Amino acid sequence: MKSKFLMTAAAGAFVTAGLPSTAAAEDLTLCWAAWDPANALIELSKDFESQSGHNMSFEFVPWTSFADRMLNELNSGGQLCDLMIGDSQWIGGGAENGHYVKLNDFFDANGITMDDFIPATVTGYAEWPKNTPNYYALPAFGDVVGWTYRKDWFERPELQAEFKEKYGRDLGVPASLADLKDIAEFFQGRDIDGTTVYGAAIYTERGSEGITMGVTNALYNYGFQYENPDKPYDLDGFVNSDGAVAGLEFYKALYDNATPPGSSNWYMGENIDAYRSGQVAMQMNFAFIWPGVEADENVGSGRSGYFPNPAGPAGQFAQLGGQGISVVAYSEKQDAALEYIQWFAQPEIQAKWWELGGYSALKAVVEDPGFASSQPYAQTFLDSMAIVKDFWAEPAYADLLLPMQERIHNYVIAGEGTAKEALDGLVRDWVEVFEDEGKL
Amino acid sequence: MTDSPIDRVAQRTPPGVAHKIKGLSDRTIAWIFVAPTIFLLLAVNIFPLIWTIRLSFTNYRVNRPNRDVEWVGLRNYERILNDPDIWNTMQATAHFLIWTIVLQVLIGFTLAYLINKKFKGNDLWTTIIVFPMMLSPAVVGNFWTFLYQPQIGLFNYIVTFFTGGDPADFSMIGDVHLAPWAIVIADTWMWTPFVMLICLAGLRSIPDSIYEAAECDRASKWRQFWTITIPMALPFLMLAVLFRGIENFKMFDLVVQLTGGGPGNTTTLTSIDLKREAFEKWRTGYSSAYAVILFVTVFGLASIYVKALNKVKER
Repeated sequence: MKSKFLMTAAAGAFVTAGLPSTAAAEDLTLCWAAWDPANALIELSKDFESQSGHNMSFEFVPWTSFADRMLNELNSGGQLCDLMIGDSQWIGGGAENGHYVKLNDFFDANGITMDDFIPATVTGYAEWPKNTPNYYALPAFGDVVGWTYRKDWFERPELQAEFKEKYGRDLGVPASLADLKDIAEFFQGRDIDGTTVYGAAIYTERGSEGITMGVTNALYNYGFQYENPDKPYDLDGFVNSDGAVAGLEFYKALYDNATPPGSSNWYMGENIDAYRSGQVAMQMNFAFIWPGVEADENVGSGRSGYFPNPAGPAGQFAQLGGQGISVVAYSEKQDAALEYIQWFAQPEIQAKWWELGGYSALKAVVEDPGFASSQPYAQTFLDSMAIVKDFWAEPAYADLLLPMQERIHNYVIAGEGTAKEALDGLVRDWVEVFEDEGKL
Repeated sequence: MTDSPIDRVAQRTPPGVAHKIKGLSDRTIAWIFVAPTIFLLLAVNIFPLIWTIRLSFTNYRVNRPNRDVEWVGLRNYERILNDPDIWNTMQATAHFLIWTIVLQVLIGFTLAYLINKKFKGNDLWTTIIVFPMMLSPAVVGNFWTFLYQPQIGLFNYIVTFFTGGDPADFSMIGDVHLAPWAIVIADTWMWTPFVMLICLAGLRSIPDSIYEAAECDRASKWRQFWTITIPMALPFLMLAVLFRGIENFKMFDLVVQLTGGGPGNTTTLTSIDLKREAFEKWRTGYSSAYAVILFVTVFGLASIYVKALNKVKER
């Protein structure tokens, strides 16, 4: 015990000594989305304030308007944010438009290496161009779409018996997307404890990025690819391949047959509400919600289970979420902002980050032998992070996202046209964007 | 001889000021007073309008400040007018506009007609009826999403109470056929009181003597309604239509909060579409052309309507 205390004290002293001293305390503003992890970061940052003498302020914006608000801020060269935990897809625009400070020299000077972080998060949150050693962010919050399910319902003997009789297999964690749909349909409209419940809450939101973040979990696993792997920006036959069409049809069938009525514009918040209130047997959502699920008095404490996005005919992938932390190029307090990143990158701080509910992307944290059993969802997080794929991270990310939102929502929710027509239309839209960008 | 007000003001003007403006013509002094307002008007209204028209002929994108801006002529206008999605948006706007105006005028006039009758609790009912228009549109949009919620919403419960069936059988804001009506109902709930107040002002402006004369001539109530009430309240009704038409043409907050423009694009009104083009897709030149087209449309329709309104008032 004593030695542990001494080690902690020594580590604290090392950390304090390691932080560069500054002549004057600064007021730093960190911008991020308004969600549970942001509250954990406020708590975590108190440590930085006491060590560095700087004051931290926070600007948190709800997810549905986060991109609008913050991309406006960056595009206008605003000085509101000194540090930005921007979405993974912003990295291309952040780098090419000069919004983010390139961090390579800073990392080299301070012994921070990207080899210490989960590779998918480095590629997803920090690098631009992808797969090149040019870093504009430090992986800050690992996140990925996964599934939460009502373990207590799944374990009911009468439901297990009925399911086995109907489908010839046990009611449990689905091995494939097709299995997941069967389970969702099994629960759809079922009476449980006097309440009508439904199969699954999935992402359908139209206004920001919701339905795209949801449908990709089906598209990837059925064969959708963003481009020809051998010829960048060659889209036809990859975005609208037969597999992609089948994936989109699957998502529509799931929406039509196994989701709560009225769930035509749902994203993270609505899915959480539906699950916590006992409306659905399963929910698709980013992993950040899992600590909140565990703590919930209705669905926590062992009543919920977690599983990665199930496989499809073309493999098993999951939509990457999460963000990296960057220094805003328009900030006049870049030195202090870099201090924050240096402090945040330390293994002790990352371990504390995980304890508080933040998903650390540092290997030292997630590869610790005790990590997988540290929380009921920890293993699912690790498994999910191993199968991630992300949306375009091009500078024209917003231009690419909007037509996808529109085409997919119009087909899945409004039932306009066919899946093939929707994806063919998406190819045309994206080709137009890349032509405008001079990449085609 | 009594001094005129102008003479009195002139006499009270301190000699210093009088001296300073001595030699300036009335016209110059008038310009000095009006100039700040004109300057503000030019800066805030006219300059942005001219700038928007200029941008509408370019491919400018505000999020690509370093890219060359090209003059594209009428290409933006051609693309907009040939885009079927934009025509769908126009149709959605027309549906919303026509039905909200029809319902609000009918219900608003009926309520005004009833409220205009003397009865106990008249003032209380007027206050209750007017309550919805005191709320913020965003708040109204938000709580109507709860009212329309299939499992717990009051709206579905009431409908199925009368029709039978399960409230979860239909979703007002999730169904492509019902969503356009969902926004019409919410807007009508909110703004009918406004139309009612204007109609009430119109009804109360009709002198009782006209009805008394009609009574003497043994005109029936029905006849009085069609030959006195409606013609004399018509300018007020038309004014209400004008106000609601202009307001609903630019409707944004309530619908965004309620449906987000969905499902699909079924409730995407032109204002929502324009916002997406301008501030989500950042197609500044294109959206400027879009805005110019909408401006010309509204301005043209409003001008024709105001002329008709003036003719009615002159009768």
